[in-house]
Amino acid sequence: MAWYVARRVLQLIPVFLGATLLIYSLVFLLPGDPIQALGGERGLSPAVADQLRAHYNLDKPFIVQYLLYLKGLFSFDLGVSFSGREVSDIIAQAFPTTLELAVMALIIEAVLGIGVGLIAGLRKGGIFDATFLVVSLLVIAVPIFVIGFVAQFVFGVKLGWFPTTVGSDVSVYTLMLPALVLGSVSFAYVMRLTRTTVAENLSADYVRTATAKGLGRRRVINVHVLRNSLIPVVTFLGVDLGALMGGAIVTEGIFNVPGIGNALYHAIKAQDSPSVVSIVTVLVIVFLLANLLVDLLYAVLDPRIRYA
Amino acid sequence: MKIQRFAGLTAVVAAGALALTACSSSSDDDSSSSDSASSGTSTGIVSVNGTEPQNPLIPANTNEVGGGLLLDQLFSGLVYYDAKGATHNEVAESIDSDDQQTWTIKIKDGWTFSDGTPVTASSFVDSWNWAALLSNATLSSYFFDDIEGFSYDKESALKGQGLNVVDDHTFTVKLKQPESDYPLRLGYSAFYPLPESFFDDTDAFGENPVGNGPYLLDKWTHDAEATFKPNPDYKGERTPKNGGIDVKFYQTEDSSYNDLLSGQLDIVTNIPASAFDTFKDDLGDRAVNQPAAIFQSFTIPQTLAHFKGEEGKLRRAAISEAIDRKTITDAIFAGTRTPAKDFTSPVIDGWSDSIPGNEVLDFDAAKAKDLWAQADAISKWPADDTFTIAYNSDSDHQAWVDATTNSIKNVLGIKSEGQPYPSFADLRQDITDRKMKGAFRSGWQADYPSLSNFLGPLYKTGAGSNDGDYSNKDFDALLDQAGAASSIDDANKLYQQSQEMLFKDLPAIPLWYSNVTGGSAETVDNVEFGWNSVPILYEVTKN
Repeated sequence: MAWYVARRVLQLIPVFLGATLLIYSLVFLLPGDPIQALGGERGLSPAVADQLRAHYNLDKPFIVQYLLYLKGLFSFDLGVSFSGREVSDIIAQAFPTTLELAVMALIIEAVLGIGVGLIAGLRKGGIFDATFLVVSLLVIAVPIFVIGFVAQFVFGVKLGWFPTTVGSDVSVYTLMLPALVLGSVSFAYVMRLTRTTVAENLSADYVRTATAKGLGRRRVINVHVLRNSLIPVVTFLGVDLGALMGGAIVTEGIFNVPGIGNALYHAIKAQDSPSVVSIVTVLVIVFLLANLLVDLLYAVLDPRIRYA
Repeated sequence: MKIQRFAGLTAVVAAGALALTACSSSSDDDSSSSDSASSGTSTGIVSVNGTEPQNPLIPANTNEVGGGLLLDQLFSGLVYYDAKGATHNEVAESIDSDDQQTWTIKIKDGWTFSDGTPVTASSFVDSWNWAALLSNATLSSYFFDDIEGFSYDKESALKGQGLNVVDDHTFTVKLKQPESDYPLRLGYSAFYPLPESFFDDTDAFGENPVGNGPYLLDKWTHDAEATFKPNPDYKGERTPKNGGIDVKFYQTEDSSYNDLLSGQLDIVTNIPASAFDTFKDDLGDRAVNQPAAIFQSFTIPQTLAHFKGEEGKLRRAAISEAIDRKTITDAIFAGTRTPAKDFTSPVIDGWSDSIPGNEVLDFDAAKAKDLWAQADAISKWPADDTFTIAYNSDSDHQAWVDATTNSIKNVLGIKSEGQPYPSFADLRQDITDRKMKGAFRSGWQADYPSLSNFLGPLYKTGAGSNDGDYSNKDFDALLDQAGAASSIDDANKLYQQSQEMLFKDLPAIPLWYSNVTGGSAETVDNVEFGWNSVPILYEVTKN
């Protein structure tokens, strides 16, 4: 088990290098001159622009720029953004906010999704099942920014139940509405996934055996049906944590959450390579670690799976 | 030119790439609030929307709206602008010149920075000298390019040449040529003084600036908010009438507007396009919709085939008359922009809507067709040629560009379409490299309230933002003459005359002026927006 984890962590290194190279080159290939954009409509005089280019290493060939970035990385220096802030500071400030938002969304979608999915799966074809199939279809069909704007307007502006935006006041309460919106689409998927697998497993041989042994319905469902049904759901949730963190840009924009999506958006707009690459790389690592965690959870859920 | 940035929308330069929200009607909604202006002070903290500064908070390195709003609370310059754009001495005791070229500036006694050090003549001279140094690569260095000793190509040396300290409270500025409106410029943030501690550690200063203005920076939480408290040692006339300011940073205009509606924000300075139709109903007499010092146009490069010489003049006029500005501003901007009458802005002192030649801005299909036919008589417009207007699609430009090119297409019967660039940086690069193969959108937001600011930098031969490479000796001569005029009124007459030439040559086709749109909650009073689209925060009261 330990050896397996170590091997997986070691695999992160080439992925990390590959990701930084790929992202760095993509930002490099973006059209336009970020330095001239700093000067706005007025532009910058050529001498000043050259000075700034030299300052940000933008006057050097691509591979030199990338190696300089890597060199900084190994001395734990992620570089400086165009706004003069350390990229590590930007990440350190924005990351916890987004993590909190993503974890809240994940908990909401997992608890609601598995709960509703289980009931719907057990009573397949019933009114409850039908109702939530329609609800989940609606949530999946409507774009998230529509859900976000409507939720903000109804619950924030009109009813006043939640703050309309988050801003500097980051707390579980202020993040509740954005987390509900962010988790809504995945809730629909988790619910449908749980419903289908539960309904399928209900007719599996081992469930019939368990029932035949005289086990109570509660035990059959909790231990035999649900546990086995959770494997695809856990896979989805693990992948989803990464997607929630990287994909919160829209939700963060609507609710003004000062998170990683906001930081990334600005960095991309400014073609600020050190910031973009560092932020995306952090997201890649989160994604990989979440996947590792999922793989380890398999062993817990399904005793047949062993890691050596 | 300040760059305006909105997360969701872009920031761009003021007039420029940014999504400027503008609004149309010029009703002065704030007038009612001025009655209570004299009712004294209040203790509430006023919240207003802003954006995270894109650069460290150093005056000469701040060229966008987000940082500018913060700096204006922290610093006092030689002069300040009131809501109407009139200048008043702030730190300056007097700014005099006999020849409009060498200016003697005396500053008031007793001003201090918030670290206790005195504000002296050197605070200004050293600040400006630092800003102009090429090695410091400041974004606003061009503000000093008319001072003796400035150079774009090698290290500038203003101190000792153009800038001389006479005594602790007096210094002189020697310009390269007479500039009658020079005092008008000195309220811009690039001209703010700096304490000695700045020069020891500029990076630390950018995070925690030490100013001499009406407010002190209390706490700056990056990407979230910056809070200010009144400066007890402030000596000027902009005394805060509230207990402090909380500038909340927003990523989108929609989120700040919703916060205003739900009572979480006192003042918004931008109404989102989605609320153009409703904000007057939502906010009633607390809606603000007044002209701003922002001019929008598109530039046709002087080198473009068929747009040179006599043929070019005819074609430019034809295109200008083929654009139905009124319909476009009503349909696309919900009446939030005002069709242009000149090359400047109605909020600037000296503006006129009756400059001879400006009838070329009126929609007249028959005349446009006629002018185009006359040009065709000189040299035929190729049937497969397309007249394009380039724009950056990362901001809200597509709708009006499409409407404008359709207007041209329908009236003149030629092919015409927009040419989108993915980003402002991309568009800017091709403009800077002179690679434009058609017209391109252009715009300007004044840095200081003067007609010259709209004309010199854009149309004078060789000027920094003369992206179309327009050159007209008579026009240049008139600007020089205006610069040397003995009074601003005399200068303004000459600036108006110079625009008569622009109407003949049309280096850029004027489109419309942007208005400032905003609003306030019932929690605050005395909200008035200044000439530069920014609310005058120190006057706002809140209990």
